[in-house]
Amino acid sequence: MRLAVLGAGAVGSSVAELASEYGHTVTALADSTGAAADPEGIDVAAALDAKREGSHPGSADPDDALAGEYDVLVEATPTTLGDAQPGFGHVRAALERDRHVVLANKGPVAERYGELRDLERASAGTVRFEATVGGAMPVLSTVEDFGADHISAVRGVLNGTANFILSRMAAEGLGYEHVLAEAQDLGVAEADPTFDVDGTDAALKCVILANVLRGNGREYTLDDADVEGIEEIPGSALELATEDGQTVRLVGEVTADEEVRVGPRLVPQNGTLAVTGTNNIVQFETRHAGRLNVSGRGAGGPETATAVLADVGRLPEL
Amino acid sequence: MSDSTDEVRAYTVRLELVDEPGELLRALGPIADNGGNLLSIFHERGNVTPRGHIPVEVDLEASPDRFDDIVDALREAGINVIQAGSRRYGESLTVVLTGHVVDTDLSDTLSRIHETTQATVTDLSLSAPEGTDDESSARLRLATEENERRATIDAVRAIADEKDLQVIEPLSGGDQ
Repeated sequence: MRLAVLGAGAVGSSVAELASEYGHTVTALADSTGAAADPEGIDVAAALDAKREGSHPGSADPDDALAGEYDVLVEATPTTLGDAQPGFGHVRAALERDRHVVLANKGPVAERYGELRDLERASAGTVRFEATVGGAMPVLSTVEDFGADHISAVRGVLNGTANFILSRMAAEGLGYEHVLAEAQDLGVAEADPTFDVDGTDAALKCVILANVLRGNGREYTLDDADVEGIEEIPGSALELATEDGQTVRLVGEVTADEEVRVGPRLVPQNGTLAVTGTNNIVQFETRHAGRLNVSGRGAGGPETATAVLADVGRLPEL
Repeated sequence: MSDSTDEVRAYTVRLELVDEPGELLRALGPIADNGGNLLSIFHERGNVTPRGHIPVEVDLEASPDRFDDIVDALREAGINVIQAGSRRYGESLTVVLTGHVVDTDLSDTLSRIHETTQATVTDLSLSAPEGTDDESSARLRLATEENERRATIDAVRAIADEKDLQVIEPLSGGDQ
């Protein structure tokens, strides 16, 4: 397949880098300032070098990437809330040209799922978005394989930054601010970690899961989620939890009552959900097969890129 | 991917022990040997049953399968198991409250939980490393009926909201 990659951050760059290993050709790599585009395939290494040195991957107009030659548009620009622009516009443009779309950007699937599906129905292209939930972990494809009707509830730890902070606070008895600063030094937390610690990122993932699980019924957006973060949790709360054989994790849920909830929860210290560090886990309650756990790396460039490329591999020929 | 059946729950077992040295230890052996995690032991030394036995209440955590093994092992060891399981106390529910727990009148918080829910506060731990007029945390163990779990948490949340406290609730849908 020929891929046009929009977004040249950690995920977009990794997709471009790994594409040839998966047997695909990158015909464009663009960020908001510039693009490298060539219908025969761009020189990915040169584009990434140019991005590192000159801050954009090429001198072409970013719009040329969207209008150029490709079978699959990989939308890996930063997630935006509300109207989910410009990501949503990119998806619309590709579908209207009957191209496939693979999303790493959560905005369009979390905030405008219904419209997105309508556009897909009117197009010969297909939309896939495994990378939007749980990085490398096969979360949405597990739902797809099992069948949404056979899954009654889903819960999980879906934000590595928040999980790192809570694990460190519990293990070392350190305060929130201290551990957050440490996480930023290590590159685990971004300079602005707001969406990670206030629960928004985990909530977006749960909203996407809810949309997929309840695809033919109610449509969810971030506004439908009940979200609490971890910013106000003192070290003493983790200490009390530990004394009781428990710990605190930022858990996101799509409940059997079809509610979306994210907040700090008490979980048994040695339980399945108490993953440590930046690890993620998703737990499915299935109707006929008990509980199913999927765990692994929920973020990171190459990790998330593998989910994007797995989606590309699932697409039908145009 | 893996499936998991290690759903751990809290149970209360009520035993009546013969008043002889070593009996308590003998009763606890089968619990530990079968993978139960002891939470608390209430040994009513002064409260003897008409038969002269000593009532002991043990709270423990175990998966449902292991719990059945524990009860069988206790009976095999000749221990009198009077009540086993969650029938009597329903569910034991732990929540942690954080924020200005103490200077928003902790004792009022507790009495209002008593008044507005069917639950009983059975245990309370407080941690206030910065002093009681700063942010602190309180862990409450509540005994409640199984079907009252959600209502109890909602009631605790309503009281906490009013006092600007954050509630860290246990995960619903079983304990993972």
